Amino acid sequence: MTIENYTQLSAAAIASGVRAGELTPHDLISSSFKRGAEIGAGPEELNIILYSDEKASRAEAEETATHLKSAEDVGILAGVPIAIKDNIASFGLPTTCGSKILRGYVSPFEATAITRLRANGALVIAKTNMDEFAMGSSTENSAYGPTRNPVDVRCVPGGSSGGSAAAVAAGITPIALGSETGGSVRQPAAFCGVVGVKPTYGRVSRYGLVAFASSLDQIGVLGRTVDDAALGLECIAGFDPLDSTSSDADVPIYRLAALGKPAPEARNPDTEAIRIGRSPVPLPPPPSQNTLEGVVIGKPREYFPDSLDGSVRDLCERALDRMRWMGATVRDISLPRSPLAIPVYYILAPAEASSNLARFDGVRYGLRVDPGKGLRPMYEATRSEGFGPEVTRRILLGTYVLSAGYYDAYYKKAQAVRTLIADDFRAVFTGGVDAIFTPTTPTTAFPIGAISDPYEMYLNDIFTVTANLAGVPAMSVPIGRVRRLPVGGQIITAHFDEYKMFRVAYALEAALGAEAHQ
Amino acid sequence: MSVTRDDVLHIAELARLGVDAHRADELVKELSAILSHMEVLSQVDTASVATTAGVGAGGTPLRPDVGVAPLMRETLASMAPAMRDGFFLVPRLATHEDSSESGA
Repeated sequence: MTIENYTQLSAAAIASGVRAGELTPHDLISSSFKRGAEIGAGPEELNIILYSDEKASRAEAEETATHLKSAEDVGILAGVPIAIKDNIASFGLPTTCGSKILRGYVSPFEATAITRLRANGALVIAKTNMDEFAMGSSTENSAYGPTRNPVDVRCVPGGSSGGSAAAVAAGITPIALGSETGGSVRQPAAFCGVVGVKPTYGRVSRYGLVAFASSLDQIGVLGRTVDDAALGLECIAGFDPLDSTSSDADVPIYRLAALGKPAPEARNPDTEAIRIGRSPVPLPPPPSQNTLEGVVIGKPREYFPDSLDGSVRDLCERALDRMRWMGATVRDISLPRSPLAIPVYYILAPAEASSNLARFDGVRYGLRVDPGKGLRPMYEATRSEGFGPEVTRRILLGTYVLSAGYYDAYYKKAQAVRTLIADDFRAVFTGGVDAIFTPTTPTTAFPIGAISDPYEMYLNDIFTVTANLAGVPAMSVPIGRVRRLPVGGQIITAHFDEYKMFRVAYALEAALGAEAHQ
Repeated sequence: MSVTRDDVLHIAELARLGVDAHRADELVKELSAILSHMEVLSQVDTASVATTAGVGAGGTPLRPDVGVAPLMRETLASMAPAMRDGFFLVPRLATHEDSSESGA
């Protein structure tokens, strides 16, 4: 293993190379920054990275290198460079949520997810661009300019975690953290040809994730491969006393899902050695006709409408055929209330946002614009100057649906329909379906500036938003390309069954091989 | 359901967002267009359906009512637009509140 092929190295390979002394944290930092410069990750070109500090990253690498010499367990992400979406609070680098209202803000505390990455030896090298406060599907809504898709720079990378997806696609880091409220990890993952995982609501602590819509928000992982994403999620998942909605459910070793078997029943010394990086994951067998034996894949008709792009449909059918070949049974199913998800989401998420974003008022941190006319004009001037058009629109929409006279018709109604949408998923999974397969998005990445109508932009989330409303885990994996642009396939499983989701994803990735990127 | 210009100005006031006349007119169109897509929900029978405020499987666990002090690297003074003697400084209240808000 050599550093020369850095952009092709998986996170697991990097950590293993670092532990074996074949790679050094210093070299990895150099390679990551060099790749960022080569690809033009800065604001003048692709605008993937908002903030980085090479000197500080080198100091962090030095600490890791010192720790490597003295510690027995150096973590399963030893020396792995990682990029972080700009709405996840980090020490050292600004956390601005892609907004002018937080320009220059450096968080006094750090998100639990980042703390856990660092504890596993990861090197946080950059904060990535995003739609302001995660409101958008193209990363065009950033106050710091749009990000371009490294696969085709004329196109958007998707959003709102567009910078993180682009960082992984461009080979700057093998793993990046993003966040999801309605598809903001999976959709950019699909557009950039990488893997994106939204875990079950409660699986990953939200402590330090700047709140957008608290009942929907989750930190997610983007990786170059399924294994990168599995490894990243393993590190950040699990109960956190700092987030009362985090779950204490046991976190399986997702990487073992590559072996094509159900999760081990209980913890044992062998698997624990794998968990902490002392033993490698056994080499998975190549995909065969029994890799997915006994697995039932649901194909929901609402996610394959007549209007679906024919090329996207064909690639989904190819993926389903591969799963059939591996022994899976594909069953036609229905999630009848899914077509209601966009209206439900665009009532509930703005409603919660209108409350969460009330904290940005020019008093305790961030921007203050004071016209000198008293407190209330200061609030209004600060917020009007600090928030961009989409954030303003959603705050107003949320305020409207919560206001007297409209609360029952919109907000309460949407909450009830949300129950029905979650019931649909529950019925499918209790009815014997192991995993649901759909396209991640209806189309491939679109050109920058192509969509100006807000509701048309919202429809980008049409296949992803249901998983957020139901709280179930979902991920996007590359399944091919249409006119050189990546297409993602979505795998959804029941609450806290990420292991099964990874099992299907590992199998599909192996069965498609290079075709996933052709 | 269409929103009116007065609706926009009212909710902007509630949300403490300054909206000028031109932008208010744009927002009337934008919000009305978005809300027109929400009308479909009114046709769904939800009379016997409980509302979902969150989706935490197993509910939210309880913990002792004791706060945990986060590890803070920066001081409040380093972040605040204006502070004095450990307090956040804000513009005066009395100079702007109009009578319609008194007692609100």
